[in-house]
Amino acid sequence: MSRSDVLVDADWAEAHIGDPHVVIVEVDEDTSAYDKGHIPGAIKIDWKKDLQDPVRRDFVDRTGFEALLSERGISNDDTVLLYGGNNNWFAAYAYWYFRLYGHDKVLLLDGGRKKWELDSRELSTDVPERPRTSYTAREQDRSLRALRDEVIEAIGKRNLVDVRSPDEFAGRLLAPAHLPQEQAQRAGHIPTARNVPWSKAANEDGTFRTDDELRRLYEGDAGLDFSKDIIAYCRIGERSAHTWFVLHELLGLPNVRNYDGSWTEYGSLVGVPIELGEAR
Amino acid sequence: MPQGCGAPAGGAIAPAAAGSQAVVEGKVTRDGAAVSPGYARLLGTGDEFVAEVPLGDDGGFRFFAAPGSWTLRVLAPGGLRAERSVQADYGRVTTVDVTI
Repeated sequence: MSRSDVLVDADWAEAHIGDPHVVIVEVDEDTSAYDKGHIPGAIKIDWKKDLQDPVRRDFVDRTGFEALLSERGISNDDTVLLYGGNNNWFAAYAYWYFRLYGHDKVLLLDGGRKKWELDSRELSTDVPERPRTSYTAREQDRSLRALRDEVIEAIGKRNLVDVRSPDEFAGRLLAPAHLPQEQAQRAGHIPTARNVPWSKAANEDGTFRTDDELRRLYEGDAGLDFSKDIIAYCRIGERSAHTWFVLHELLGLPNVRNYDGSWTEYGSLVGVPIELGEAR
Repeated sequence: MPQGCGAPAGGAIAPAAAGSQAVVEGKVTRDGAAVSPGYARLLGTGDEFVAEVPLGDDGGFRFFAAPGSWTLRVLAPGGLRAERSVQADYGRVTTVDVTI
């Protein structure tokens, strides 16, 4: 798998508007941006309402995923092009999720909504209607997802990559600096984790850095051992899905998992080790 | 507190206990009109990325930073950009209005 198999640019997206075999999907936590204007022909997925279980802390199960895609008019044979705001965090999370449930024909739009807007490309408020399908998902591919016990077991043995900002990593902030800082859990990071903020993988316009730059960032600068498994985490698992996309999809590393429980789970666990302070 | 980490357009609404926060906020205008779409980025030493929010319909943005010195960078369509230095402190709302 190479970069061109998983990542496309805005020209490619524009050329495939109206393509009956390509479904363009905007994914975000706050879908008001979609409502004000989106790539012509794009449908929306709400990261919280559509992808999260409404009761338990988990994402929707296989049956729920099948129901969602069927209702949105996405079939197993469609190529799904994902994009979104927040530098594609939630689109990358959805990408991870599509792969988790076995949809292989999935692409990410490089630069997402931000580059599309900064380039002054066309936005539409028309909401397309797609006929209902009967989507069949595969069982969850657990090799892509890390759960808390696997994370604790990985301390000091495998690569742990904390992709939050340096202030969150050090324990000075509990959330990204665009959010109010009030949380119940403890601050800090998982011992032995390396801090490689997700933002280092992206250019200012939201596009991904080159493969050479990315390899240098993770293997050279951060000192990750690419021969060992890698678990990425952040606060709720969407910024780390961005990093999972970089490591697993762009760089093609085989054993990379996203810990979607991330700091809001780990930082609330009783008795687990926590480190404070700067990256070493 | 939002469940997710997403940055709402214009920045999150300041909580009632804003007195404990180090808030940086402002509006971006061009020729007297609000700039939107556009993006406000908060950067640390050496241009280290800290946070980003899409500008609201009124060109507004808001950050909840750690105390310290930051750089505010604004990006807008047409290659427009601007930078301002800003100091954030707990219990204070620092207002930085930007004209580009």
